[in-house]
Amino acid sequence: MSKVKTKKHSVWIDMTAMSDVTVLLLTFFMLTSTFIPKEPVQVITPQSVSEIKIPEANILTVLVTPKGQIFLNLDRPSDKREVLELIGKDYGITFTNNQIASFINQTTIGVPVASLPKFLDLSMDEQDDVLKTGGIPIDSTNNQFKRWVEHARDVNENLTIAVKADQETPYPLVRQVMSTLQDIKENRFNLVTNLKGMPEGF
Amino acid sequence: MASIETGGDGGKKGKPKQQQLRVDFTPMVDMNMLLITFFMFCTTMSKPQTMELVLPTKDTKDMTEEEKNKVKDSKAITVILGENDKVYYYFGKPDYDDYTSLKETDFSPEGIRKVLVERNIENVRKMQELRKKKYAKQISNEDFDKEAKEIRASKDGQVVLIKPTDGSTFRNLVDILDEMAICSIGVYAIVEMTDGDNFLVENLQKSGALTQQAAAVKH
Repeated sequence: MSKVKTKKHSVWIDMTAMSDVTVLLLTFFMLTSTFIPKEPVQVITPQSVSEIKIPEANILTVLVTPKGQIFLNLDRPSDKREVLELIGKDYGITFTNNQIASFINQTTIGVPVASLPKFLDLSMDEQDDVLKTGGIPIDSTNNQFKRWVEHARDVNENLTIAVKADQETPYPLVRQVMSTLQDIKENRFNLVTNLKGMPEGF
Repeated sequence: MASIETGGDGGKKGKPKQQQLRVDFTPMVDMNMLLITFFMFCTTMSKPQTMELVLPTKDTKDMTEEEKNKVKDSKAITVILGENDKVYYYFGKPDYDDYTSLKETDFSPEGIRKVLVERNIENVRKMQELRKKKYAKQISNEDFDKEAKEIRASKDGQVVLIKPTDGSTFRNLVDILDEMAICSIGVYAIVEMTDGDNFLVENLQKSGALTQQAAAVKH
């Protein structure tokens, strides 16, 4: 057999251009992105034609799950520290520095105040597990939700309250939240929704 | 592009020795793609929308229930949100003896929207024209907002009382508030169910059985 030497053509694709494109995309995503805040229970918001955007900062998100659990999310860490101190004063609890740091790291507020110190001593992963079954009490006898909102408003005057409820949440639960907000004279608040196009002809 | 030529002495005859230094960018591209995917999954591109809701203060002790609900009957529409995405409505004052005064409908475009648009046709027309102008860029956004507000506040607009029952969901509430925006209804309020409303709904579900009972008791 005679050997036929074939010339090896190495195919060289220049990846520089490709790299340029990807870096560009990457920068775009990094700059435009806002991270999804961690939520203990996933909530599907109802759709609406309203086109008002949620403000960038100073928001207090009230998460209402279909089962009626209530979670709060304050966006500014400095506010969170002050709110925790005020709540501690109300219920006669002093928090250690570690607990305060843990409170600021944890995005969601969602356990009754009495069990808060114990909760804050847990590790982050354990906290997330506990939150799934947690929730802030909103009964008329023990309305801690009201306290939290009041203090959050005391600390930050420009606070916008956004109610993010699941679309399947029964109305009585939503009414409880709304009437509590009315009680503390927060008559103007936002309902978080998903955008849906305006129907044809309107 | 990603190569640097070294050497290459053009001045001499004969072949210049060319050494090419090429950098392989493939791993770099791989890594970037990975990061992009990560960012795409972890971010929300669009910010969620909100719907502004203004509720009345609770400090209206000197007002009686009746005064609160006092609206001109000719303009009032009462919408009751029932279980299983059902909607009931009546115009003005309900006739408790006639169970058909309460109508049942749903959230489809042919349902409650049609009813509201028919009642509020003038304002809907005005808003349509205004929106057309906005899309044709004849007026600025601010002017649009201002005029829209005027139309909504006009005196011949309808007044809608929204009464969600305990069986309704949050989606029902947002849907009906949405219909208010779509049908350009300026004045609406979320009101609690009264005993009379509960009676109406039950009476309709039993197709008038309750009225018959009441009549039987009277006789």
